[in-house]
Amino acid sequence: MNNDKSTRVLIIMPAWNEAESVGNTVREVLAVERPYDVLVVNDGSKDDTAVLAANAGATVLNLPFNLGVGGAMRAGFKYAQRRGYRRVIQVDADGQHDPRNIEEVLAGLEHADISIGARFADRGDYAVKGPRKWAMQFLARVISGLAKTRLTDVTSGFRAANERAINQYLDHYPAEYLGDTIDSLVVAVRSGCTVTQIPVAMRPRQGGTPSHNPLKAAIYLGRSVFALLFALTRKRSTIQASSVSSQEPAAC
Amino acid sequence: MLNVAAFILSLAIVGVVFEMLRRKKLREKYAALWLIVGVGTLVLAAFPRLLTIVTELAGVQLPSNLLFIISILLLLGVCLHLSWEISVVEDETRALAEEVAILRALIEERPAAATHNGDHANSPSSQ
Repeated sequence: MNNDKSTRVLIIMPAWNEAESVGNTVREVLAVERPYDVLVVNDGSKDDTAVLAANAGATVLNLPFNLGVGGAMRAGFKYAQRRGYRRVIQVDADGQHDPRNIEEVLAGLEHADISIGARFADRGDYAVKGPRKWAMQFLARVISGLAKTRLTDVTSGFRAANERAINQYLDHYPAEYLGDTIDSLVVAVRSGCTVTQIPVAMRPRQGGTPSHNPLKAAIYLGRSVFALLFALTRKRSTIQASSVSSQEPAAC
Repeated sequence: MLNVAAFILSLAIVGVVFEMLRRKKLREKYAALWLIVGVGTLVLAAFPRLLTIVTELAGVQLPSNLLFIISILLLLGVCLHLSWEISVVEDETRALAEEVAILRALIEERPAAATHNGDHANSPSSQ
């Protein structure tokens, strides 16, 4: 449809009740002076997220009700594919991800289909403790083994994808809890997508509070193992090449 | 006496399902199962000897045990089926929500693009 979109990058920002921070985050990203288009997926927010994002200069995708991060992201990928974007990157609306790192994470796409901005890779001072940390380490180890590359932060929401990965995601990107991170990543890897990671530093959130409840962390561990087991047994996708560029099906 | 009550009850089930089907309150695929259940109880209520015969054939001690195990399995099946159906429906709703959001975004983009080109798209174009 729009050929000029093929060189631009779509930044997908899932936002659910992020009125506090979404405006600033969008402005910050647009201030980087790169060919970035920002798409805020308003995931059924009850506050002014949509208006503030639009005023800041983002395109807003209004989901009529809350679908969760996975649902919001798939809507974003669908939009990207229809508009002919070749590269997309997910950035959190809460300002945790530094817009200056976007280019670095995107650079990872030169030799992989999925590029993850990782928090623990010897950069920044992001730290978690207890069961949540074990869960993250365990997941990282298993998925590193599958992807045959060292990954330290597989639950990072700072993820870039090229055209092949977008097509794979459109086939499988569950709206379930952790579906947007673990499940989609595992199935993408098993379908033949390559993954790389780029170390980034995370900033403190601009709005909202992170949870440090040990019970929640334990539940997180359980659910992540559950999600992982399911992802490992799922059927692989056969990825269709985007109809925008060519008609031939291509393996990822 | 109890048999008569059971017969009336099963007759009522079949009647209600049939009426709901007729009024399009129930899709056929869900109705089939309930009709089978209704007719089954109807037959058992009419000929209670049947249950005893089947119980002896299956080697179950009490006819009521056989009845319970059949009902439990049936209800389990119905529950599973409904969970499956609702998952399908949720998936479809999700796809629709995505579609609606994308279409809305594309429509909202349009007037802006047209004004950018210099013509006023707000008035319907007469050609």
